[in-house]
Amino acid sequence: MTETLRTCLYDLHLELGARMVPFAGYQMPVQYPMGVMGEHQHTRSRAGLFDVSHMGQVILGARDAAATLETLVPVDIQGLAEGRQRYALFTNDDGGILDDLMVANRGDHLFLVVNAACKAQDIAHLQAHLAGVEAVTDRALIALQGPEAEGALARLVPGVAAMRFMDVITLDWDGTALWISRSGYTGEDGFEISVPETRAEALCRALLAMPEVAPIGLGARDSLRLEAGLCLYGHDIDATTSPVEAGLTWAIQKVRRTGGARAGGFPGAGRILRELADGPARLRVGLSPATRAPMREGTPLFATEEGTDPVGIVTSGGFGPTVGAPVSMGYLPPGLAIPDTRVFGEVRGKRLAARVVPLPFRPSTYRK
Amino acid sequence: MKFTEDHEWLRVEGDLIVVGITEHAAEQLGDVVFVELPELETQVARGDEVCVIESVKAASDILAPLEGEIVAVNDALSDNPSLVNEDPTGDAWFFKLKIDDMGALDEFMSEDEYKDFIS
Repeated sequence: MTETLRTCLYDLHLELGARMVPFAGYQMPVQYPMGVMGEHQHTRSRAGLFDVSHMGQVILGARDAAATLETLVPVDIQGLAEGRQRYALFTNDDGGILDDLMVANRGDHLFLVVNAACKAQDIAHLQAHLAGVEAVTDRALIALQGPEAEGALARLVPGVAAMRFMDVITLDWDGTALWISRSGYTGEDGFEISVPETRAEALCRALLAMPEVAPIGLGARDSLRLEAGLCLYGHDIDATTSPVEAGLTWAIQKVRRTGGARAGGFPGAGRILRELADGPARLRVGLSPATRAPMREGTPLFATEEGTDPVGIVTSGGFGPTVGAPVSMGYLPPGLAIPDTRVFGEVRGKRLAARVVPLPFRPSTYRK
Repeated sequence: MKFTEDHEWLRVEGDLIVVGITEHAAEQLGDVVFVELPELETQVARGDEVCVIESVKAASDILAPLEGEIVAVNDALSDNPSLVNEDPTGDAWFFKLKIDDMGALDEFMSEDEYKDFIS
């Protein structure tokens, strides 16, 4: 048995009454006494504080980092302006997704945030192709999300009020350098803050002392990102799904597509560029179940109530507290991946109807 | 009131037993968002999965504590699943079971025994 790790905020989670669960090798809070539903609503209406220190923070310090990173992702990194961040994907030779990540241009280096479960593999992958790859191991990462996040954080670091969605900046808080981005994974306006471990608890306490800020666990993090139509790696996307199938073509800028100045040149470019031109074999869709029974991950999808062969599968599903109804995401053939198409999910032996709906389930509120 | 190791409570009501889940179970489940109730007049064997409770986190089953016939179900739970969190040992009963031998209840735990069991 491998030992589960703790983030530097572990003791604070316990003090706040969190229920801890193992997640991606870490003991993480799944919920606090407020409960998943309350935490979800709090984040949508006020400001939620998340410990995401289990995620990997990586610095790419080489001078040619942007050009070299482009050999691993189908994303325009060289065109990413200083002080800006963008979503990216590591692809494999088959055009599948190895991980999704955020890439920030912080002037003299690139700063990456990768998924906890993939970070060892991602760092090895980066090191095999780039010099100057440095895993950041002395900083925590927290997220403050929700309509009142700006007001709360600006009381500590006023400079955040001027940031736009996907801006990155370093600001001083009480003698500590905070690496801040205006982003997150909840569909809400908000911030992610990289803070030295030695100051992380103090920063969290300063935020939690504000009436609008409450601690939020992994349970609500999952329902928030699901309503926002955002992919969870290992569930909605994995080494077999291509970015085109996953509906992530917006993350592949024109310059990396056929006809662009730096077209291709990333792993799996053959399949991905072909699918961009000809369409993929399946597509990620939103699903709205007709009854109140949630259709969870693994639910097989059928074209008809009597159909014998599944045509797709649910990859994420649960109850959407803001939507007030169950919500799911899954994959369907392109002919069925059309809004208002009726499909059937098999839940406990029963075929239950669901409607294909556009994503996200709940519009994002980013400050663009 | 009697308690099972599956965190159900059983309350005698005439020749019926009323079945629900304990406060401890409701708290562990978290916010309940959907309840699937059994059909009336279903004959159930002990251990049969008779109800499904979906919380924000996962689905769990309620098992029949004894052999018998389902003679009533609490439709209020279909419309308002959160009753399970608000009043697990009162308004949020799940079903009523007609059993042959009330003596069969003796094997289950008393409230004190259940408190020891979960501590």
